[in-house]
Amino acid sequence: MELCDLSAYEMSRMVRQREVSATEILHSCLERIARVDGRPGSLTPGEITEEDRQRVHAFLNVTGERALQQAQAIDQKIATGEDPGPLAGVPVAVKDLFCVKDTLTTAASRILSNFRAPYTATPVARMEAAGAVTIGKVNLDEFAYGSSNESSAYQPAPRNPWDTSRVPGGSSGGGAAAVAAGEAPLSIGTDTSGSIRQPAAFCGVVGLKPTYGRVSRYGLIAFASSIDSPGPIARDVTDTALMLQTIAGVDPADATSAAVPVDDYLAALEQGVKGMRIGLSPDYFRITFFDPETGEADQQPLPAEIEIAVRRAAEVLRGMGAEIIEDIPMPNTVYGIPAYFVVSRVEAASNLHRYDGVKYGVRTSEPVHDLRQMYRKSRGQGFGRQPKLRILMGMYVSAAQYSEQYYNRALKVRTLIRRDFDAVFDRTGQYRLDALLTPTTPTTAFPMGAVYGNSVLMQYADQLTVAANHAGVPAVSVPGGLDEQSLPIGIQFIGSDYSEAKILRIGRSYELGTQDEPWRGIKPSAVRV
Amino acid sequence: MSDEINLEVFQHLVELAALELTAEEAEYLRAQLNQQLQAIHQLSAIPLEGDVAPAAHGVHYDAANSQALRQDEWLPFEDTAAIMGQVPEVDGGYVVVPDIPHTTLE
Repeated sequence: MELCDLSAYEMSRMVRQREVSATEILHSCLERIARVDGRPGSLTPGEITEEDRQRVHAFLNVTGERALQQAQAIDQKIATGEDPGPLAGVPVAVKDLFCVKDTLTTAASRILSNFRAPYTATPVARMEAAGAVTIGKVNLDEFAYGSSNESSAYQPAPRNPWDTSRVPGGSSGGGAAAVAAGEAPLSIGTDTSGSIRQPAAFCGVVGLKPTYGRVSRYGLIAFASSIDSPGPIARDVTDTALMLQTIAGVDPADATSAAVPVDDYLAALEQGVKGMRIGLSPDYFRITFFDPETGEADQQPLPAEIEIAVRRAAEVLRGMGAEIIEDIPMPNTVYGIPAYFVVSRVEAASNLHRYDGVKYGVRTSEPVHDLRQMYRKSRGQGFGRQPKLRILMGMYVSAAQYSEQYYNRALKVRTLIRRDFDAVFDRTGQYRLDALLTPTTPTTAFPMGAVYGNSVLMQYADQLTVAANHAGVPAVSVPGGLDEQSLPIGIQFIGSDYSEAKILRIGRSYELGTQDEPWRGIKPSAVRV
Repeated sequence: MSDEINLEVFQHLVELAALELTAEEAEYLRAQLNQQLQAIHQLSAIPLEGDVAPAAHGVHYDAANSQALRQDEWLPFEDTAAIMGQVPEVDGGYVVVPDIPHTTLE
């Protein structure tokens, strides 16, 4: 095992006990990046070569010099007897949606291709203050608008380390791919409809969407401000808890960050699931696909391998003392995507109006005769198709004559989705659940090009994750086995507000209960070469 | 399937959105908008009784999880040059833009 394959927890322990230096760990990760990542995404990629198709392409920008200075500073602190913090010397890959001072921060969009952040986002700053080393910025769907990473303006797009002909998921696909391939043990992503959990599931790693407001959004380039949740991607539950511990907590710079005490996530991890009530819902064992030909919604069962993985997880947890409750009704789950199509587009359109070629970002280089033409050309040339689509839809469904029919209705549906969760987590209610256990995704990683371009089908990749976003509740995806094609299957635990400690504890119990299963020993193919 | 967003509505939206599109982009975007609206129309089938209030957030904010209001004080940013350095065109500390079209209000 190379240093870069160690857990973040182990790296930090070894650095603090002087068994290895932060600089050595950084070099190991940089070597792995050099071996597996291939060329970084570019606005002018030229032809995608056969070699490109074998590489991961997680990174947009490896900030090696900045990282080396940070690692040396950690080693200096160790040498003088200072404690650098719980993430001492741990390399972190940052989704390029977070501002990191003096680095390019592009949102994977041409319109921000020249934007150098003048400050650092709160969660990244907190990790750096805890001793983490920011190793670089990782690719994403443009402005986080997608579930495959193919919409990035920077190509080659990230590929799945388990099978580089497949997508890593998205929008935090670069981060999930980097963590799976051992390029960094941790990545900070964001989740608006599943953008941490879906790529984590596709890449066989752990991804946590915290409760809305548990982690500050200050310094995050906004997508849908009422839903965006920054959170950890890691290779195991312990590292996820370790990272959440450093980034969670109130922030005066984000008025929506919750003034709720932060639990001790690591202390709770090993307490087991004895007596916990974990629910299974039939509403998460079927998928609804919209048929563009007929206009009808078509319900189908989940692929058998995915349902079996979830039911096996339930049996493992039952064997460890949890009570499994079947037939939990979550009837409004099915409306998650239609409501999301409206709410997220309205908020995205509002947030995208700030990109106008005036204050920062790209201004058209073509001659223009007035300000309006400059706006139209700068935005027309700077935005890719997905941002344009979201601006147009957001403006349409929030227009005065349509907002009651669409936007207000979608916000009411959000209330119904929230009520589903309130009912099953109610401590005095019929079900009194500690968590729901569900699949994370309706499929395992799909081939590149198979869905991209069809914005409706792509959105439906998030149908098992988006309800937690509407409700604001926390949810974690953990690896739950491999399918027949050796692609990772993700299982999801969803909890009540601020119950991250509990769902991480359940995830950790599941890890312990399956630690000897053969699939646990299988590594992604990109790492095996 | 009829197009809810016809060419005329689409062009109006594009104008409001301040986007210059190629013909190919416009065709793709309008088709996708109409497909998405088909999915969105599922919302109209949901029974919404009178007591369903719209939710601005999933998580409820009250005194238990909200921050106290802070004083309305401005804080100087430590590096304003880094902000002004991002502006595409400046002149003596002013942001320069092309001519602003004037409209006479009636």
